[in-house]
Amino acid sequence: MMMFAIPIRISLARHLGTLLATAALIGFVCFGFAATASAQPGDRGTLIVFADEQGAASTNAASLLPAPVLQRDDYPNIGVSSRSIVWVIAQMHLFFGALVLAVPIFVLVIEIIGFRTGDDRYDDMAHEFMKVSLTAYAITALFGGTLALALFLLYPHLMTYLMSAFGSQVLVYAGLFFLESMLLYIYYYGWNALRYGNRKWVHLTLGLLLNAVGTTLLVVANSWTTFMMAPSGFDAETGAIVGNIWEVMKGPLWNPLNLHRFIANIAFGGAVVGAYAAFRFLSAKSAAERAHYDWMGYTSNFIAILAFLPLPFAGYWLTAEIYAYSQQMGMLAMGGILAWLFVIQAVLIGAILLAGNYYLWTGMARSEGSARYRWAIKYIATVLILGFLVWVTPHNVIYTTAEAIKLGGRNHPVLGPLGIMPAKNIAVFLMLIGTFLSFQLYRRADKVITVSWQGWGNALMTSIYIVAVLNIIFAGVYYGYFTNTVYKVGSSVIQVMSTLVVIVVGVVIDSLMFRGARTLRVSWGRVTNRSQYALFALPIAFTWLMALMGYVRSSVRTHWHVYTVMRDNSADNFIPTLQTVGNMVTLVTLLFLAFLLFIFWIANLSGTRQLPITVDAASPGARVSA
Amino acid sequence: MNVLVKTLLFSVTLVLAFGGVTYMLPQMEGPAPEQRVINIDDLTMESFIAIGENLYSGKGTCALCHNEFGRAPDMLAFNVTEVSLQRIADPSYEGSAIDAEGYLRESMLQPSAFVVAGFGTKGSNDSESPMSAIDKAPVQLSTLEIDAIIAFLQDKDGEPVSVPLPVAKAESIAAARALPSPAVPQSPEDVIARYGCAACHSILGSQATLGPDLNDIAARRSAAEIRESIANPAATAGDGFIVKMPEYPDMTIAELEMIVAYLTAAADDRT
Repeated sequence: MMMFAIPIRISLARHLGTLLATAALIGFVCFGFAATASAQPGDRGTLIVFADEQGAASTNAASLLPAPVLQRDDYPNIGVSSRSIVWVIAQMHLFFGALVLAVPIFVLVIEIIGFRTGDDRYDDMAHEFMKVSLTAYAITALFGGTLALALFLLYPHLMTYLMSAFGSQVLVYAGLFFLESMLLYIYYYGWNALRYGNRKWVHLTLGLLLNAVGTTLLVVANSWTTFMMAPSGFDAETGAIVGNIWEVMKGPLWNPLNLHRFIANIAFGGAVVGAYAAFRFLSAKSAAERAHYDWMGYTSNFIAILAFLPLPFAGYWLTAEIYAYSQQMGMLAMGGILAWLFVIQAVLIGAILLAGNYYLWTGMARSEGSARYRWAIKYIATVLILGFLVWVTPHNVIYTTAEAIKLGGRNHPVLGPLGIMPAKNIAVFLMLIGTFLSFQLYRRADKVITVSWQGWGNALMTSIYIVAVLNIIFAGVYYGYFTNTVYKVGSSVIQVMSTLVVIVVGVVIDSLMFRGARTLRVSWGRVTNRSQYALFALPIAFTWLMALMGYVRSSVRTHWHVYTVMRDNSADNFIPTLQTVGNMVTLVTLLFLAFLLFIFWIANLSGTRQLPITVDAASPGARVSA
Repeated sequence: MNVLVKTLLFSVTLVLAFGGVTYMLPQMEGPAPEQRVINIDDLTMESFIAIGENLYSGKGTCALCHNEFGRAPDMLAFNVTEVSLQRIADPSYEGSAIDAEGYLRESMLQPSAFVVAGFGTKGSNDSESPMSAIDKAPVQLSTLEIDAIIAFLQDKDGEPVSVPLPVAKAESIAAARALPSPAVPQSPEDVIARYGCAACHSILGSQATLGPDLNDIAARRSAAEIRESIANPAATAGDGFIVKMPEYPDMTIAELEMIVAYLTAAADDRT
C-alpha cells in the first residue's frame, strides 16, 4: 500500500499544480480578452473633464453616442407590460444560469474528493449532479436568447446605448458561451471515458477549465447589471461612453456583486440538487437506492448551508458599497418603500435556516452517536424561533389615528425597539451561530474523538461560542440603543467578525480533533420521509429569496435605466406595490419549479430502459411490454 | 399519494404562503418623479430659490445627511451665511473662499477643503470629508443647480441672495464671446497656466495626481512623444489614469512648442 501511496502523492502534487496553473491561465486569458475586447485605441479614449459653464459637451464627447433621452412614445407597446415580460424571462434565465454555473463548482470538489479517497460513490454522485446541470444548461441558453430578443424588441434605445458601452465585449461573451458548452459536454460525456489514472487528471482539468470559463461568464454578465446601477466610464454631461471597456466594467458595485452572486449561486445550486435527491429518495424502490439518495441529499444540504452561512457577509459588503456610491440608493432600499420587502426576506431566511436545521436534526437519527448531542436541539430551536420572531417584527405598521392613540404613538412600546436594525442584527447573527452549532454537532455525531487534548479543544470551542454570543448581544444593544446613530453601523463589524471567528475556528478545531477519530456506523437511508420535505423547502425559499432580492437590487435604480445617466420614461417607470412584487415573484418561482420538475423527470427518464416486448402466451397475438 | 403530486402540492403551498406575506404588508406605489423643464427666461428669484429647496431635499440628497441625526451639520438649524464666514475666519481653514457664497460652493465641490470637527471620515482625524463632490456621480448637480441650492440656503436665513439669476444660454455665450481675448502667453509657465495643466499634472509646484507627473517626463518620453500626447491625447491614452486628457484645439503651434521645449529640458536646467 505504501509503495503506491508515495508516487500517487507526488503525482497528485505535480498534476494539481499543472491543473491549477492551466485553469488560472485560461481563466485569465478569457477574462483579459473580455476586458480588452472593446478597448480599441482612440475610439473613446478621451474623457472630457472641462466643459463650459452651461454644460455643453466638448466636440469629442458630443461626437459619441449620448445617453438617449426618451419619451413615452419611444417605447414599443405590444399591449402587455414590457417590464413584466422582461422580468419573468430575465429571472428564469438567472435561475437556470445560477444553477448551471454553480453545480460544476461543487461537482469538481466532490470529484476531487472521490479521486483522493478512491471512493467511486463520490464520482458517481458528482456525475449524477452534472446530469441535472446539463439539462438545465439548454434551458438557460433558451431563456438567454429569448431575453436578448425581448430586450431588443421592447427597449431598443436602451440596448443601443448599452451596446455602445460594452461594444464587442458581448461577442466575447457569446464566444465564451460556446467554449462553456463544449467544455460542459466533454466534461459530462467524457466522465466514464476519463475515469481513472492519468486520464482522470485530464477530466479534472476539464472541470477546472469549465469553472474558469463559467465564472468569467458570470462576472462579464454582472458588469452589465452593475453598469446600470452604478455606471462608470461615461461623460457626465452627455452620458456618452468615453471610458474604455475596463473602465465601463469596473464600476464600484461590480466586485461586491461578483462575490455575492458567486456564493449565492453555490448555495442555490446545492439546494436545487438537494431537492432532486429528495425527489429520488421519496421515489426509491430499494433500500440501496434510498441510502444513495439520502447521502446525496445530505451532501447537497451540506453544500447549500455551508455556502449560505457566509452569504450575509457578502451581502453586507454589497450594501455598504451601495451606500458608499449613493446614500439615496442605499436609503431607498433599507429605509424607503422597498424596506418592507426585508420583512419577507426575514420570513424566507428564517424558513431556510429552520428547514436546514430541521434536516440536520432529523438526520442525526442515522448515527447512534448522535444521542450525545440531542439535548442541544431544543435550545438551538429556541434561539432560531426567537431570532425569527424578532427579525419579522416591523418597526411600525400603518395605523388608523384611533389605533395610534390607543397604542400611545407610532411604535409599540415593547415591540417597537425590536423593529430596528440592531435587534435584527443580533437575531440574525445568533441564528447563524445556532445553525453552525447544529452543523458542528451533526458532524461530531458519528465520531468518537480520540486526541489527547479533546478536553482543552472542547473548552476552547465553548469559550469561543460564549464570547461571540456575548459580543454580538453587547455590540447590538450598546451601539444600537445607547450611542449616536453614526455608530450603529460600526456595531455590525464586531458582530460579523464574532460570527466569522466561530465558523472559521470551529472548522479548524474540528478538523484537528477529527484526526484519528473513531467513526461510528452511519445508516444512510434511515431518515424520515418528512425530513425530505425540508430539502424541498430549501430551494423554494432560495428561489423566492433570489427573485425578491434581485428585484430590490434592480429597483433601487428607480426611474433610471442607467442610474443618473439614462432616465426610464416608459409606462413601467414606477415602483410597484408589494402585492404586485409578490405576485411576480410567486409566478417566476412556480414557473421555475415546473421547469425543475421537468428536468428531474428528464434526468430520471435517461436512466430508464424499456424491457423487450414479449408475446403473451395466454392470448396469442397480443404483444405486451414486460 | 404519488410522490410527484405530494411534492408538487407541498411546493406550491409553500410558494403561495410566501407570496401571501406580501398581502399583509402596506401597499403603496413609488411613482417616478415628474420631469420638469424650466425655461430660464421665465425664472424669478423666488422660483429659483424654490428649485434650490427642492434640490436640497430631493436630487441633491443634502437632507439625507444634513439633518438632526448628526451625520453632518444640520444646515437648516443655523444661519449658514454667518457660520460660513466663521469657518473662513477659522485659523485652520486652508480653502480659497473669501465670502459665504464661495465657501458654500467650495464645500459642495471640494468637501474636504474644510472639515468641521467631528464630521470627518473615520480615521482621517477630520482631514477628509465623507461627502462626495456634488458635481460628480452619482448626484451630479450642474452649476445652475448648485447656485439654486446656495440661493435657497441664503434665503432661508433671511440673508440677501448673492448668486445671480441664471441667464439663457445664448446670452451667456454671447457674453462670453464679448470678453476680450486673453493675452498671448510669453513663457512656458504662462502656457501651462493658461491651459490648466497643473490641475491634473504635477508641474510648477502642483501636486496633482490625476495625470502623469510632468516634473520628470523628460526621463520617460521623447519630445515627439510629448508633442503627440498634447496634440492628440486620445492616441496616447492609457497609462492607468482614469481621467483622460482633453484636446486643446485652440492651442497655437508656438504654445505647443513652448511646452514641449519646457518639458523636455532637464528639471535642473529649468531652475
